[in-house]
Amino acid sequence: MDVNFQFDWSAAFGSIPYLLPGIPWTLLISFGGLAIGFFIGIFFGLLRISPLRWLRWPAIFYVEVFRGTPILVQVLFIFYGLPQLLGSPINALVAGIAAIAINSGAYISEIVRGGVQSIERGQREASLSLGLSRTQAFRYVIWPQALRRMIPPLGNQGIISIKDTSLFSVIGVGELVRQGQIYIATTFTALEVYFMVALMYLVITWTLSLILRQIERRGLAGQ
Amino acid sequence: MTSTQSPIVRMQQLNKHFGSLHVLNNIDLEIIPGEVVVVIGASGSGKSTLIRCINGLEEFQSGSLDVDGNELLPNGKSSKALQTIRTEVGMVFQQFNLFPHLSVRDNVTLAPMKVRGWSRQDAEETADKLLERVGISDQADKYPSQLSGGQQQRVALARALAMEPRLMLFDEPTSALDPEMIGEVLDAMRELAKEGMTMVIVTHEMGFAREVADRVIFIHQGEIAEQGPPEQLFDTPQHERTQSFLARVLKH
Repeated sequence: MDVNFQFDWSAAFGSIPYLLPGIPWTLLISFGGLAIGFFIGIFFGLLRISPLRWLRWPAIFYVEVFRGTPILVQVLFIFYGLPQLLGSPINALVAGIAAIAINSGAYISEIVRGGVQSIERGQREASLSLGLSRTQAFRYVIWPQALRRMIPPLGNQGIISIKDTSLFSVIGVGELVRQGQIYIATTFTALEVYFMVALMYLVITWTLSLILRQIERRGLAGQ
Repeated sequence: MTSTQSPIVRMQQLNKHFGSLHVLNNIDLEIIPGEVVVVIGASGSGKSTLIRCINGLEEFQSGSLDVDGNELLPNGKSSKALQTIRTEVGMVFQQFNLFPHLSVRDNVTLAPMKVRGWSRQDAEETADKLLERVGISDQADKYPSQLSGGQQQRVALARALAMEPRLMLFDEPTSALDPEMIGEVLDAMRELAKEGMTMVIVTHEMGFAREVADRVIFIHQGEIAEQGPPEQLFDTPQHERTQSFLARVLKH
């Protein structure tokens, strides 16, 4: 250990103006990807609990493939691999959003499945006994309750996906880590800069946690 | 009550299997409008399954079942009739099964609005009347979890009645309740019976059965072992199975 090492606060603070422009990119990739991933998740999650085997099967396949491979490989595949197939390059931002979308979509479909399946059978029976159709029972009774139970795991997934975007520095998106790397390349103050990068992730994820806690509290107040 | 009235429920040679288990065995049962039928029997005898067949929550494998002119087919192959039957047959469950995300009033208005197409205003007027009738009008804006078990079950009753059913099914409506709350639910059911509602009730409340029932049915291992007016069935049971069952439950 270098006993003479001094944490250089001015280097840390000095990096802020260079790091800040990375934040919108990090947020755009995370939330853009998660928004799409949410719909992918609902789609495959509901297919997964279909009584029809030929509908369940593609959903199982989707989850196994995209949950079972690293998101880094997925984004490299999209950014470097797909252009070979398409014959034209893919924008790094699009590739990043797509990777978060398909990856979080796989996890979210499991969250959706778990949420819906956690609703007691009696809720469906009571709905049907009142004459509601199966679709109405789902829409008015099962889904609203499932959605509430899905909030904590969805929040978890959101935080994971935000952190996953840090991997996309490898495809050159100017998100937080990438901005930090560029700055370090000229200043050689890795410790200070990565410290600030970590701090910024923490601020983002922490804010999300607080918002989710509020939503959860409001959701539970109704029960 | 006249025996010339055509039955609202007609079950003939109804059989139900759960895998190798023969849950209902050649059940013949007719229920006429206005009749209050109480079904008793040991747990696992098939009494809950029997009434759950009437609104199609359980499928049966053979036999015929007609509810108010709508025929249910074996193995669930009659979704159209099933839908009609469910709008005309109300059910109260052992575990209440209220919708926890909806207020008490919204629990009651949901089905009339979505199934019958009533306006919110009409549905809420009806809901408030029904909630008053079961004695919980002051709780209409609360959520189910804020109510006691007895109150919840009375909301469940109001919710089923809001669809203006021709027949009410009760699946052990007081079995999940604390003893001090059983009375209030039975009172509400008693009122309903007095008003002439056709009711099929699965219960362990023998005193209530004796008082309210027009007919008591004893189910043993998926078969109707014995049935008759309550005095006859409770005081002079003919079958040895009925005698031993009653000896066990009436001892307490």
